[in-house]
Amino acid sequence: MTHTITVLVENKPGVLARVSNLFARRGFNLESLAVSTTDDPTVSRMTLVCQGDDSVLEQISKQLNKLIDVIRVIDYQGIPIVQRELALIKVAAEAQKRAEIMQIVDIFRAKIIDLSDKTFTIETTGSVEKVDALEELLRNYGILELVRTGRIAMMRGDKVP
Amino acid sequence: MKGSQALIESLKREGVDVIFGFPGGVVIPIYDALFDCKEIRHILVRHEQGAAHMADGYARATGKVGVCLATSGPGATNLVTGIANAYMDSIPIVALTGQVKTAALGKDSFQEADMTGITMPITKHNFLVKDANDLAQVIAEAFHIARSGRPGPVLVDLPMDVSVAQIDYKPYEHVDIPSYKPTTEGHPLQIKKAAKAIAAAERPVIYAGGGVISSGASAELLELTERTHIQVTTTLMGKGAIPETHPHALGMLGMHGTAYANYAVGHCDLLIAIGARFDDRVTGKLDEFARKAKVIHIDIDPAEIGKTVHVDIPIVGDCKAILRALLKHVEPRRESDWNKQIVKWRQDHPLKYDSDHQIYPQYVIEQIMEVTNGEAYVATGVGQHQMWACQFFKCKYPRQFASSGGLGTMGFGLPAGIGMQVGLPDKQVFVIDGDGSFQMNSQEIMTAVANRIPVKVVILNNKYLGMVRQWQELFWNRRYSGVDIEAQPDFVKLAEAYGAIGMKVENPDEVAGALRKSLEYTDVPVIMDFHTVREENVFPMIPAGGTIEQMMISKEAE
Repeated sequence: MTHTITVLVENKPGVLARVSNLFARRGFNLESLAVSTTDDPTVSRMTLVCQGDDSVLEQISKQLNKLIDVIRVIDYQGIPIVQRELALIKVAAEAQKRAEIMQIVDIFRAKIIDLSDKTFTIETTGSVEKVDALEELLRNYGILELVRTGRIAMMRGDKVP
Repeated sequence: MKGSQALIESLKREGVDVIFGFPGGVVIPIYDALFDCKEIRHILVRHEQGAAHMADGYARATGKVGVCLATSGPGATNLVTGIANAYMDSIPIVALTGQVKTAALGKDSFQEADMTGITMPITKHNFLVKDANDLAQVIAEAFHIARSGRPGPVLVDLPMDVSVAQIDYKPYEHVDIPSYKPTTEGHPLQIKKAAKAIAAAERPVIYAGGGVISSGASAELLELTERTHIQVTTTLMGKGAIPETHPHALGMLGMHGTAYANYAVGHCDLLIAIGARFDDRVTGKLDEFARKAKVIHIDIDPAEIGKTVHVDIPIVGDCKAILRALLKHVEPRRESDWNKQIVKWRQDHPLKYDSDHQIYPQYVIEQIMEVTNGEAYVATGVGQHQMWACQFFKCKYPRQFASSGGLGTMGFGLPAGIGMQVGLPDKQVFVIDGDGSFQMNSQEIMTAVANRIPVKVVILNNKYLGMVRQWQELFWNRRYSGVDIEAQPDFVKLAEAYGAIGMKVENPDEVAGALRKSLEYTDVPVIMDFHTVREENVFPMIPAGGTIEQMMISKEAE
């Protein structure tokens, strides 16, 4: 099963290496990883998406918690969350296809943020499924370059970690 | 004051009285500061691996944090095996390594190695100090992390410019790491549940590991077993957690454990695991391990709960605190048919070995106990001799036995024994070693001679890498590939070349005399070369990943 996990860590050098090293060493499956600072400059926030059965996920949380620089681990399984991912997609846009692509972009509430004679660069934000769907549709026109941030997530309502 | 002096001041605050180390370019400032320090003894080793194992042996024997020191690059990488060893066995050591100056970091500078990167998976935590003003805090945190919670090694990497920087040293008074707060008190409800399960069990067994020793919970464990008559089997790391001469002590369990300990675990209906981690050498085939049993697991590391074996009643916290709390709820039990069953297994399948005109390694180990009245402190290498030492040397005390459990590091014995002897100068320290293991760190004889450290080294010499040979005999059709080490030094001459005492013993009648003689030397190491039966095997044996049904109990089973 796929789980989304938030890890709050001390904002210190090497902390990302400690986390990624742990996943590599213990053979845990990591699908995506997003890292940034938070409102507190001493704390960084990582959002991990990982796969495994319950016992594997339990080990992931416990092993992460063992790292000295890890402040909190929250596995969102069963907890309502909002989650988003940002993607930039550079797609081939020949003159005769432009209208079609713009229509798709519209329907997905995405944005064209840059263009050239032959390409559009499209920005989209949304759930992983939405980004997947857009990517799938644009594939028909020829995706030249694609970058996704990986999932970020937050609990719904007034709850904070 | 210089950074290096601040380092020494910080070490003194942690109660460090000895450092095992080896100098090099970037640690000269630290050695310079040590030169003036009266409170800290420096033991100059001959190879950095020895320094790490000595710090480890010192920590196991004393319960204090062991400290080793090496220069950058090769000096630091030579510590790696010793650090990994301490990590696997949860031994508190602090490894101090020199590093190239901060401006040279990442430039492939001379003797540069990324030590925080290299040791990330084998340390509890590590630090790279980039500002000398952080030194006091880092050292205080390093020791706190090493000794608290589940203990373990911590590495502190010290760039040259940090050591020579001028700073205003202020002692760091109160360690507080918000992200590191180990749970020590067990959950009261879980403890009550455990007490209930103990009262309800018909066939309970206690399985005690190194956590009992590191938390100092031996007295509580003894009270628990005496009040309830629940028998105790110990892991290699838990050896000495209760006196092994106690009628409730079943000895070691697992691959080379006693048959009766393994039968008890195999047939129990309640397994009380205390400070143990269900290592594969203990469990064999996981699905079959203690399969009739409900499991109580007491451990300070939450990640150990349910890691390999399903646990019914987990209790996270310090073993001593939990056992104390548990004892408030546990009612006395009488000896039952179950106790009688275990006694019967013990009578039917005792540990045994042959005797004839040759020296049997087990006999030598029993004689060490005999001549020291069981008071010897023992370090071992890794292999057959280690398993025989576990089986036949009966510990009276916790911390009496230092052996590489998790990592299985050959060459651990001599340096660990030196570390034990430095920590416990009034005890008789014996290194029970194999001829293979001994040769992996034999250079440390020089360290023992130079520092007048009177360890007694007992080489059980079968001229084989015996454990591998045993596996080849039993599972690989007797194809003895790469295990014959008949080509070996004359250990007596080797000892004498270093200035140690050397003895060779080839006759069983001379064993006790030689051991007794070794006790007379109080300021020089003694190396005793016992020529033993070459192809003796360690029994009982459960094959790797096997079950108790596959246990080969004795030689006849071959």
